[in-house]
Amino acid sequence: MYHTVAEKILLKHAPGMKELAPGQFIECRIDLIMVHEQLGGRIHVEYEKLGLDRVWDPEKIFFILDHWIPAPTINAAQMHQDCREFAKKYNFIHDMGINKGICHQVLPEMGFARPGMLIVGSDSHTTTYGAFNCLSTGIGATDVSVVFATGNLWFKVPESFKISLSGELSKGVMSKDLVLKLIGDLTTKGAIYKSLEFHGADCLSIDSRMTVSNMVVEAGAKFGVFLPDKTLEKWLEHRTKEPYQIVMPDKEAIYEKTMEYDLSELEPVVAKPSSPGNLDSIKNVEGIEIDQAFLGSCTNGRMEDLQIAAKILKGKTVNPKTRLIITPASQEIYEQALNKGLIEIFIKAGAVFTHSTCGACIGGHLGVLGEEETCVSSTNRNFVGRMGAPSSKVYLASPATVAASALHGKITDPREVL
Amino acid sequence: MEQIEGFAYILGDDINTDDIVPSHTLTMRDPKEMAKFTLEFVDANFVNNIKKGNIIIAGENFGTGSSREEAVNVFKILGIKAIIAKSFARIYFRNLINKGIPGITLDWDDKMFSNEDQIEISLQRGEIVNLTKKKKVNFVKIPEFLTNILKEGGILNQLKKKLYN
Repeated sequence: MYHTVAEKILLKHAPGMKELAPGQFIECRIDLIMVHEQLGGRIHVEYEKLGLDRVWDPEKIFFILDHWIPAPTINAAQMHQDCREFAKKYNFIHDMGINKGICHQVLPEMGFARPGMLIVGSDSHTTTYGAFNCLSTGIGATDVSVVFATGNLWFKVPESFKISLSGELSKGVMSKDLVLKLIGDLTTKGAIYKSLEFHGADCLSIDSRMTVSNMVVEAGAKFGVFLPDKTLEKWLEHRTKEPYQIVMPDKEAIYEKTMEYDLSELEPVVAKPSSPGNLDSIKNVEGIEIDQAFLGSCTNGRMEDLQIAAKILKGKTVNPKTRLIITPASQEIYEQALNKGLIEIFIKAGAVFTHSTCGACIGGHLGVLGEEETCVSSTNRNFVGRMGAPSSKVYLASPATVAASALHGKITDPREVL
Repeated sequence: MEQIEGFAYILGDDINTDDIVPSHTLTMRDPKEMAKFTLEFVDANFVNNIKKGNIIIAGENFGTGSSREEAVNVFKILGIKAIIAKSFARIYFRNLINKGIPGITLDWDDKMFSNEDQIEISLQRGEIVNLTKKKKVNFVKIPEFLTNILKEGGILNQLKKKLYN
């Protein structure tokens, strides 16, 4: 039988199985599991129910605190204490603490995501690692406990959609615009349980691909996996010495659906409140006044994102009616931004530059919205109350659109300022 | 587990995990305290009203969003026995099954269900009877792989049996 990337990787991880097909339930070996604050929130409670005094393999657990760091409340501090206690009790080896950044950026930066792997994590945006030609997806606390105990997890083999890309993004258009368009086209339920397989992405940087894989879950997808290429191999050279095997689909693989996007035809778009699928063209929302612009998160807090913002903001000042908050996706990116002089540009423009955390994206800290406030944000979700007060409104957009909007105090087409 | 009886509580489309468990409650240590805020921004009286109902009947894409299992736990704490929806988000569906709560996918309309209708579900027959409206409807049965988890009252109970037998 012929297989998609998802089918190939799942088959490789299903002991004793020679063949599989979409819809089938299988048990797979897990290569790596990522956990964050959920460890102290729910996982420890569930895991203790099993009465085990060890975990299956402490080498294969990646533990990081990122959502509320450093702890902004006593509750968060207690949650961190519970996490640390668990990590110590079960001898976790890869304990990243609070000073590395956001899980989905730090894990690949440290070379933990490689082609062909099967990775799960206690966070829905675990799909991000699909940019590295591996399968990765989010699971809940009980599933995490099953993996901690056995190293295995049940999966339903997904059908795959082939997303065929061509051309190059034009000036002021970013991969965020591509993925928002894709989610709008699919709708937020259009890819439930599916594996999205991206072909023809040669022109997209790794940063750009991560943004796309990150947000496939907003269309309901289980995986968002890119085909390997030279760009990926070059990226991995600097990140890992571990061997890996790239995974290509069979030419005859069967896809439930094929969608084609010519990148050169894309334009800046937004997702209006209160769904990532509420797609609209920038032209239809231009001029809407904003109280806050937020640039950051696991979706768009990478160097490429900070660089375009710096290009737009250099020598200029954020509109006095607007707050611009910039949060890098990792402390490594923080350091790069520092060395390249970007932070100086941001501060001189009147932005607030924070350490790396999930912070504002989840309405946790460092940029919570008040009642009736409007924010344009480079994050992934604009659900009611996601970034703060339930009456606040969030427009999801690219980093370029966020920076341009901060400059004018209203939603602005970035092509006007580039 | 195979036979579930209760009263309907109707919810709309795209109820997401941030709706079910608002982020400001996520660092609370006590799940019962957290449950008091269930759906507070969507349906301010939900926690009081749900006392009359224990089978949620929802629209499309139920549980979309985060992997937070609290979004299943709060319903469990509030006494929900099953959730019927037109479609479920993937992680949410897994979490439901793993916690021993049946998630039933059914394309329904308001001729079939209203709030507080008395409902009987047979998982084995793939059948829902609305006793109030005197109507019967069939659903695609939950695959055996998953009903085996439900029968044990959740995947951790199933795993415990495997670990200790």
